[in-house]
Amino acid sequence: MTAPIVLVIQQYADFSYVAAIALFILSLKWLSSPATARRGVLSGEIGAALALVTTFFDPRLVQFRWIAVGLLVGLIIGIPLGLVKMTAVPQRTAMSHAFGALAAAVIGISEYYVHAPHITKFGMTEIAMEVIIGCLSFTGSLIAAGKLQEVLPQRPITYRGQNYVSLAIFSAAVILALILIINPGAPYLFPAMVGVSLFFGILLVTPIGGADMPTVISLLNSYVGLSAALLGFVLNSKVLVVAGALDGSSGFILSVIMCKAMNRSFTNVLFGAFGQVTAAAEQVKEERTVRSATAEEAAAILAAATSVVVVPGYGMAVAQAQHKVREMFDLLTTLGVDVKFAIHPVAGRMPGHMNVLLAEADVPYDKLVEMEDANSDLPQADVALVIGANDVTNPAAKTNQGSPIYGMPIIEADKAHTVMVIKRSMNPGFAGIDNPLYYLDKTLMLFGDAKAFVSDIVRDLSEAAKGAKKSATGGR
Amino acid sequence: MPQGFITNLYVFVLAGFLGFEVIRRVSPLLHTPLMSLTNALDAIVVLAAIIICGETREVLPTVLGAIAVAAAFSNMIGGFLITDRMLRMFKLSGRKKQ
Repeated sequence: MTAPIVLVIQQYADFSYVAAIALFILSLKWLSSPATARRGVLSGEIGAALALVTTFFDPRLVQFRWIAVGLLVGLIIGIPLGLVKMTAVPQRTAMSHAFGALAAAVIGISEYYVHAPHITKFGMTEIAMEVIIGCLSFTGSLIAAGKLQEVLPQRPITYRGQNYVSLAIFSAAVILALILIINPGAPYLFPAMVGVSLFFGILLVTPIGGADMPTVISLLNSYVGLSAALLGFVLNSKVLVVAGALDGSSGFILSVIMCKAMNRSFTNVLFGAFGQVTAAAEQVKEERTVRSATAEEAAAILAAATSVVVVPGYGMAVAQAQHKVREMFDLLTTLGVDVKFAIHPVAGRMPGHMNVLLAEADVPYDKLVEMEDANSDLPQADVALVIGANDVTNPAAKTNQGSPIYGMPIIEADKAHTVMVIKRSMNPGFAGIDNPLYYLDKTLMLFGDAKAFVSDIVRDLSEAAKGAKKSATGGR
Repeated sequence: MPQGFITNLYVFVLAGFLGFEVIRRVSPLLHTPLMSLTNALDAIVVLAAIIICGETREVLPTVLGAIAVAAAFSNMIGGFLITDRMLRMFKLSGRKKQ
């Protein structure tokens, strides 16, 4: 009785794959707004499950034992990777880029050994491109994950002539590929090509500093997508071509957004090593005075404001202050203060990371505003409260042509009526660039650990809120 | 040039443009879930891995295929799981928990 069903499924396998592709595209379409986004995940899951089930009925399959082993191992690795903390999402994403690249590379390698030396020049070109990109994305993503997990040093690791060395290594991979294309019957060269590509991936990402990780992670995303699409060409599988093209274009769009947000070009990110410029920035160190304030004073200013724009940076997440910040947000809202969060595209360690961290702390997403909207609100705002952000608020990016971040779009906190900055000390930030915002007459520095300082503000505000409630009931 | 290549190229170019238009509209709020979701969708290479692993009894393709199945399937499971966890956290104001 089951045999006819199997036959029917085989016959209509392609229909099932087309349906899966349509569900994938719908999935991304529904992700356009938070209201429909979860439907998007469901649609993707149904598409993937449909395609997976169809594949199990493929007539080419002769044994299932090792497939089952692979699926089981994937399940065992995959579930914990889906349950990581939200602060660890960037390194998890880099790891999943690595796994995606590994899968694509390994399948390409297997295709070569199954068919060599009977491979056409054209087929060999496809395999070589696919394997090179897959391998370099694999090791590159592992290095990126290591940097984000802080197993490897965050700062850029550079040496003289490094770009030439990297270029030479990449050329070696291409030359090996060309020899293999001309003579696919030289299988001993294939492992060399794989090895050189893996090595190039390491060289590609090691020199890139922590500040550029949002761009790198997006760029690797598009490489992984490209390798999957190329695998689709090798295996003549439309599902892979489409899924790879979607992943690739998503990574590409995000890379462009990240580059624009830092006013840097692709070449600059890949070969420029951000953070090297510190020496130039440090030369003028004139004594300037700053004004500081206590938590009590800060709370009083916030409570008296009509509108407050909070500018969070990764420092806020490092200090684990986001939950306290949300308490402050709740109290100010009950006091009738309009509070918004201005999110710079590179706040956090990957695109959109800051939004996830604040959403996790239960800040409603309609209070999270993009940089352009925030900048049109800030001139009317009573207070801009900067927590753990530095370079993204630096007015030197607009005014000082000599500044290494000149031209980078910033959140214009300096336009607010009063600026308050929570900061540990006057030490310059990650990129080592001094921030003139701190020396403005309207700026109050709130020195201390972000979590402790916000807790103090929350304590003072809750007293103020109680007082307000009492006077409201007393008046009745 | 094989015929299949041209067809695949059509598919690739069209899917690339379609992806660009659809993904361009994704709110920057959701760029992190976007990346984890596209990773999960990209894990559909597991289909190819399954075929490579199961179509023969030879050792090399079976082992390489099983590695690919594990790597891709972990991405699929983990990617969908974390995307949904993240999206569940995004709430509008006014709709307070409890």
